[in-house]
Amino acid sequence: MSTAEPSEQLILGIETSCDETAAAVVANGTRVLSNVISSQIDLHARYGGVVPEVASRAHVTAMTPVVAQALLEAGVEPGELHGIAATHGPGLVGSLLVGVSTAKALALVWDLPFVGVNHLEAHLYASFVEEPDLEMPLVVLLVSGGHTMLVLMRGHGDYEVLGQTMDDAAGEAYDKVARQLGLGYPGGPIIDRLAMTGKPTIAFPRPVLNEGYKFSFSGLKTSVINHIRKNPDAKTEDVAASFQEAVVDVLVTKARRAAVETGAKGLATGGGVAANSRLREAVIDACLEDGLTPFLPSRSMCTDNAAMVGAVGWWRLNSDGPSPLDTGATPNLGLPVR
Amino acid sequence: MFSAQTSAVEQTKAIAAAIAGMCRAGDLIVLVGDLGAGKTAFCQGFGEALGVTSPITSPTFTLAQEYEGRLTMHHLDVYRIEQLEEVRDLAIPELLDGDAVTLIEWGDTIIPALPNDFLEVRLTYGDGDDDRTVAMRCVGPGWSSRSAGLQNAIRAWMDQT
Repeated sequence: MSTAEPSEQLILGIETSCDETAAAVVANGTRVLSNVISSQIDLHARYGGVVPEVASRAHVTAMTPVVAQALLEAGVEPGELHGIAATHGPGLVGSLLVGVSTAKALALVWDLPFVGVNHLEAHLYASFVEEPDLEMPLVVLLVSGGHTMLVLMRGHGDYEVLGQTMDDAAGEAYDKVARQLGLGYPGGPIIDRLAMTGKPTIAFPRPVLNEGYKFSFSGLKTSVINHIRKNPDAKTEDVAASFQEAVVDVLVTKARRAAVETGAKGLATGGGVAANSRLREAVIDACLEDGLTPFLPSRSMCTDNAAMVGAVGWWRLNSDGPSPLDTGATPNLGLPVR
Repeated sequence: MFSAQTSAVEQTKAIAAAIAGMCRAGDLIVLVGDLGAGKTAFCQGFGEALGVTSPITSPTFTLAQEYEGRLTMHHLDVYRIEQLEEVRDLAIPELLDGDAVTLIEWGDTIIPALPNDFLEVRLTYGDGDDDRTVAMRCVGPGWSSRSAGLQNAIRAWMDQT
């Protein structure tokens, strides 16, 4: 019945850190047997962002069907699983608790080990799900609605945060600029599409471009808002293209600098903003110029999903063993660094 | 109600630092202002003055962040909260009860859920890109009794009109 090989370890991954309810079955951290996502984007669109209480309730409703669907699509019975992994932070506390509680309950009932997974580590591993032989050291540009950071991966589980945002995350800046332009939610894909029809004619600032690996997008956001206030007739598509150009320029300039200065073999991306078409183009161009191997996970692996959680769950189960069953949700969890 | 003028984000941070110097455990500050007006910048200046050393970032995604300084600083953002009932999840009364100061961005949207004792800081855009008016209003006894001292602390930036 099962599509798994006898030697493979199957992990059920569960992800509920923000506005996607997701479950997946992953073999040995790389082979994805199923990857089910129930998105709440339509629920949150009218608010211009994720509303925590709405998100928690939607997770509760979607959780059981999503897990059942993941097992069904994988053709796996609970008895064939080797462990259950769930994101326990960072994220929205109410949302995280739904996934963590579900995973712990299933682990108890099915007598399986439970593994609490760090959401940031999961984004790092999205690349390894699709390319298990990716060479390290590797610099990963992790960009999403909640995070913007450059991470040096020396080996599995061996990370160094080279720099991160001092104020807004890149995806947050996209959402807020989109809201100011009256474009709706989520801002990233909308601005991305609109920017293709515009020209980057406005020279928005590139904050802290020459200062190491840290990021700052708050000032850029303010600069865009100032421009819109003073030029109400400015073409929205040109504003979108100019804003996007500034964000991508800063992200790519710092990422390639980090890769070169740390002697990394490659540059990978992760997080929802890594699905941005202009960013993907610019990363590939930069890697070609610098002789680096680029790795861009598919768009569905960039945004929140449970396959990456199942992957980290397998690595962590084999390196550290199961997590205690009193593991709770940790909204501000940082990346584990050595 | 009294107000100050700033022409650079560093000045907004300096005003925040001056206010931080007057804060005590249990204080609540409500921050009001449009996107980009400088609410997070205010919190950064405030936190630095409290001796917070870790970076103070936008709390929009996680809604609440906690920092350790001379006093613990709770930094909340209720930008995405649409219904008053959702405020319950932030456990604001528990935050105010502790040995900490609490700053709430977009706090004007949840006034009915807050105790009637806070300092409102309203940031509005001026003519120049970096010009801001920082208007302050003391609500309730705890802040009203400190109004004169507060005005003295930020005298350098106060309106002369």
